[in-house]
Amino acid sequence: MAMTGVLRPGHACIRVLDMKEATHFYGEVLGLIETGRDSFGRVYYRAWDEIEHNSIILREADSAGMDFMGFKVDSEASLDRLEADVRAYGIPTERIPAGDLLQTGERVRFQIPSGHQIELYAEKARLSTPQSGNNPPPWNPEAERGIAPIRFDHALLYGPDIEKVQDLFVNVLGFHTSEQIMLEDGKTQLAIFMACSSKAHDIAFVRHEEPAKLHHVSFYMESWEKVLRAADLMSMHKISIDMGPTRHGVTRGTTIYAFDPSGNRFETFAGVQSSYPDHETLTWTWDEVGTAVYYHDRQLNPAFLGVVT
Amino acid sequence: MTSHTVCFVETGETLACTDDRSLLASMERLGRKGIPVGCRNGGCGVCKVRVIAGTCERRVMSRAHVSHDEERDGYALACRITPSSDLAVQVVGKMIRAFPERTGANAEKTGE
Ligand code: FES
Ligand SMILES: [Fe+2]
Repeated sequence: MAMTGVLRPGHACIRVLDMKEATHFYGEVLGLIETGRDSFGRVYYRAWDEIEHNSIILREADSAGMDFMGFKVDSEASLDRLEADVRAYGIPTERIPAGDLLQTGERVRFQIPSGHQIELYAEKARLSTPQSGNNPPPWNPEAERGIAPIRFDHALLYGPDIEKVQDLFVNVLGFHTSEQIMLEDGKTQLAIFMACSSKAHDIAFVRHEEPAKLHHVSFYMESWEKVLRAADLMSMHKISIDMGPTRHGVTRGTTIYAFDPSGNRFETFAGVQSSYPDHETLTWTWDEVGTAVYYHDRQLNPAFLGVVT
Repeated sequence: MTSHTVCFVETGETLACTDDRSLLASMERLGRKGIPVGCRNGGCGVCKVRVIAGTCERRVMSRAHVSHDEERDGYALACRITPSSDLAVQVVGKMIRAFPERTGANAEKTGE
């Protein structure tokens, strides 16, 4: 099936406690490219291989976490249609005017059952980068500055009612469920991984009492070797590392997790499998939950599971 | 670099903390336990303590976990304070139990 409707994760707005520390981290250590600052003091970034004006937006606030996550849709017509579909499903939506986020068109925002603010947008300025246009090189010097991920890839969010979230994403927004982890009863989902593309996941949720929590935003790396390089850079810069480098059973991703200077977890990962709408949902059972999360340790890590912002 | 002694009031255990790093970082560096370790950067709240006696330097920390009132009462996130005198502290933060609705034997293994 050709991709229509919702195409990919487009942006995430992350709350930071100290903008100066945050911009040093996101700009120099993670190596994202700053593309603008707005009148609210928000700072905008893209990764070196991304074509749109922004993917990560930082906002200084008195708590950490994520304000919202936005998905790119293929057209204004899809934006209108999905807005109507979400409303018809019973979830109120709001339109945020073009230009509220720099270089970004109108956004349709709604709160999903887990408490998170999700947005759809159809327009965002495309930049002319060394990777766009005719005869592009495979990389450019920005690909070696800092950790230098290829793109903002997905987010894992924590909140209640994840089966309702799944119903919305699958039956209204057109995602498919690539993988799931079950609780002890074999019926209740602990975690769901969903994709609007052929990636292993574009968004994932873990069941959690408190709504609207961020577990991590994730950045895609070219290879396992680049994940190890990211780990080296994290230690060189004394970044707080959470777990890894290791591999997930779920999605097969090779990965390392760490925290930004405000305590927001992020992931740099590589090498996940693909998923298609006609594939069956891969299921991880409770007796192998350790393996599902960390394929080598094979046991659950309380900090990895319980620490969120 | 000065060293201060931090006393955990519940257990009576003490910890030597230097003034070049946070209370939590001093604990981790010595391979000690007592305060739960999460993000280490003032965002997640699991390392919350209450300073009963003594003074410390405070860095910005999430208001979602330490309100203004609590701050006045000595509450702080251990990853964002550095002792500037000997301290007496009470550990209040908990590693949030993942999937609290779960019951049974496995709940024990994977909790705190
Ligand atoms: S460890 Fe997260 S706030 Fe201190
Ligand atoms: Fe991830």
